[in-house]
Amino acid sequence: MARRAVSIISPLGLWGAAAAALLLFLTLGTLAAVAWQAEFTRGLGRADIAALRFTLIQAFFSALLSVALAIPVARALARRQFPGRQILITLLGAPFILPVIVAVLGLLAVFGRAGIFNQMLNAFGFETVSVYGFSGVLLAHVFFNLPLATRLILQSWLAIPAERFRLAQSLGFAPRDMFRQIEWPMLREVIPGIFAVIFLICTTSFAVALTLGGGPKATTIELAIYQALRSDFAPGKAALLSSIQFLLCTLAAWSAWYFTRHQDAAAGFDRAVQRSDAGAVGLRIQDGLCLGFAAFFVILPLAMVIKSGLTGILNMPDVVWWAALRSVLMAIASSIVMLSLVLPLAQIAAKEKRAWPEAIAYLSVSASPLVIGTGLFILLNPYFSPRDLALPVTIIVNAAMAIPFALRGLLPAMREVEASYAPLADQLGMAGFARFRLLTLPRIRRPLGFALGLTAALSMGDLGVVALFADPDAGTLPLMIYRLMGAYRMEQAAGAALLLLILSLALFMIFDRGGQKNADT
Amino acid sequence: MKYLTLAAGLCAATAASAETPVLNVYTYDSFTSDWGPGPAIEAAFEDICNCDLQFSAVGDGAALIARLNLEGDHSEADVVLGIDTNLADQALADQFFVPHTLENPTLTLPIEWDNATYVPYDWGYFAFIYDNTKTDSVPANFRDLAASDLKIVIQDPRSSTPGLGLMMWVKAAYGDEAPAIWADLSDNIVTVTKGWSESYGMFLEGEADMALSYTTSPAYHLIAEDDASKSAVAFDEGHYMQIEVAAVTKSADQPELAQQFLEFMISDAAQTILPTTNWMYPAATPTAGLPEGFETLTVPEKSLLIPAEDAGSVREAALTEWLDALSQ
Repeated sequence: MARRAVSIISPLGLWGAAAAALLLFLTLGTLAAVAWQAEFTRGLGRADIAALRFTLIQAFFSALLSVALAIPVARALARRQFPGRQILITLLGAPFILPVIVAVLGLLAVFGRAGIFNQMLNAFGFETVSVYGFSGVLLAHVFFNLPLATRLILQSWLAIPAERFRLAQSLGFAPRDMFRQIEWPMLREVIPGIFAVIFLICTTSFAVALTLGGGPKATTIELAIYQALRSDFAPGKAALLSSIQFLLCTLAAWSAWYFTRHQDAAAGFDRAVQRSDAGAVGLRIQDGLCLGFAAFFVILPLAMVIKSGLTGILNMPDVVWWAALRSVLMAIASSIVMLSLVLPLAQIAAKEKRAWPEAIAYLSVSASPLVIGTGLFILLNPYFSPRDLALPVTIIVNAAMAIPFALRGLLPAMREVEASYAPLADQLGMAGFARFRLLTLPRIRRPLGFALGLTAALSMGDLGVVALFADPDAGTLPLMIYRLMGAYRMEQAAGAALLLLILSLALFMIFDRGGQKNADT
Repeated sequence: MKYLTLAAGLCAATAASAETPVLNVYTYDSFTSDWGPGPAIEAAFEDICNCDLQFSAVGDGAALIARLNLEGDHSEADVVLGIDTNLADQALADQFFVPHTLENPTLTLPIEWDNATYVPYDWGYFAFIYDNTKTDSVPANFRDLAASDLKIVIQDPRSSTPGLGLMMWVKAAYGDEAPAIWADLSDNIVTVTKGWSESYGMFLEGEADMALSYTTSPAYHLIAEDDASKSAVAFDEGHYMQIEVAAVTKSADQPELAQQFLEFMISDAAQTILPTTNWMYPAATPTAGLPEGFETLTVPEKSLLIPAEDAGSVREAALTEWLDALSQ
């Protein structure tokens, strides 16, 4: 059937174009502003090439491991019901949202030289195993991204209509056939995109890679950019390095598109999955082991963060609580802004089968936070006082940074809606907002809640982009954590980190739960 | 001119306070935090200046320089406070600052200070801090340290001022032998972190036997936490100094007030505040002396510092050596 194209002058087209323009401005626009500053551009030195090489290799393997481990974990979560499942899913969101310094200390409390793991080894008479090095970089990146990958894959698993599983069951499919016929096509559709996003996140890693990598061998492009934009002040070089990041982004996005196989969906009756195919004992044990591994790997470091924060949280100065309130309000504002940007993009991508909204969203994953912040500063500073803009800039940038993840979560569900119901809706003449509200919205509630929650939580933990705009009297909670640490107050800093963890998870849970309400219609 | 119109609009919005002159001071973030010297310094200076002192804070000393570069002639800064001597070189002075007007300021630095632009307000010695309840024998110098099994955590000179200080320390003490020292140290280094907080936090968690910090760090634990378990290791080749300086910008709207602020920063009023808020030595010891507890600190026998004139060139060469030695 010929589909009527949404023209650029339709409200949806305009809205989408505005959202895209904002994202392009924040990524390529700020890069141009930084490049404009440069009088000349020094080429890349030997050290930069080494940094580029290390960045690519670690990002590739980090993404590969994260996704490979996430598939069995997501599958176990999708087909098992057990007490505490919901809490486990929520906690899986935590590593991704913690400020880097907090997460790294938590991770080291488990896997570091003095961590639980080595204490156990020593107790049994084994030598201390050092985590620092390439394996440490992978460990940390998997810790951060395995949960994200799991959530995104789980989202798609749950979006498979229950009828397909029922049909398969009545046809007597074995679990292996079930995987090949139903789950594998779904994975083929979502895995390349998730891999690309995690690959790109890992290319902009800096403090984590350096600390766990054990030294300057673990220098990433982002560290080189950081160096170029500070005392060296070579914006030309920063712009050049940042352009390389965008080039990588383009390659990753293209590869993701190339390897993605969109499946032709047959509509179901729109009901939640009831799986009875996974009752075999072997499968139960397999799923149990996967979940146990994920829970152990993710929750143990979090438990260490909680443990070290317990004494400090009762003993925090008022300014920390005010900062917490400010952070929560800003996080909610960011989520709302994110929603207004991602919906038109997702709608266009799903309905029009266009690739550009996704491509643009990828840009903001691979943009260097420091280049965004510096570029914005260059552009805005001649006209406004950075202090006055701290609030709006932080909210908008945080919203934009969350869009790639939100889009990854939303797109499969929206494509499914389009594929399954568009012909019927078109016949009925359902269009515009009514179509969105009555048809699409109820079917994307789950990923939408996830996207809102993730944005809120991400912006709670954010620090990087807007450091140049910071208003010393209106600090956010992550900034307070760094300030407390900088003033030797490690115990209070640990308390503030625990508060941040609690608030981020609470925000995430509220939005995420909201999305799941009535999801089993 | 759009810029002027907008600026006028912004000024009008704050017309109520337009009567009192505003002194804009750019500094690093931890200076202005509630636990740093900022709030007390602001109150004390406003008592005498009949002005409004406003701090703007960015990351650290290196970020301050980046900000000055970004703002160019538009900078609102009258004073920049908190660059250390490794970054405060002559090129920077020529580019952004004017000479100070202090005549023969009385300073108590362990070295001669004679610089036309930068006024030091506090200083410290870099040192490795260890837990004296866990570590018995400590090395006497970098060679000893390299030969020992002790594990250390340090900062990256590309992203951290203490990290830069350590690199300059080894260079100042060993000159051409510095690369060999770094190569020998590499198996002692647990890891290199982005900033001081990460490495100090890791040290306190037991991840390393020692962390690079300051000889004044034990003073915090002793005075604020009543904990005497942290000590600094004295190295016999001498300790490199971090001297934190302030300077008046070329674009200052309030040059006189700015000079007055520099003078204030080395007066008793400010110098009494700094030791127990910034946890550094005062640049001009106040009449009342140092706070109780500071007398327990390790005092190095020899002070090392690469002078501001050479800092820039030494920095670049030493960084290449550092990277080569530790990337093997």
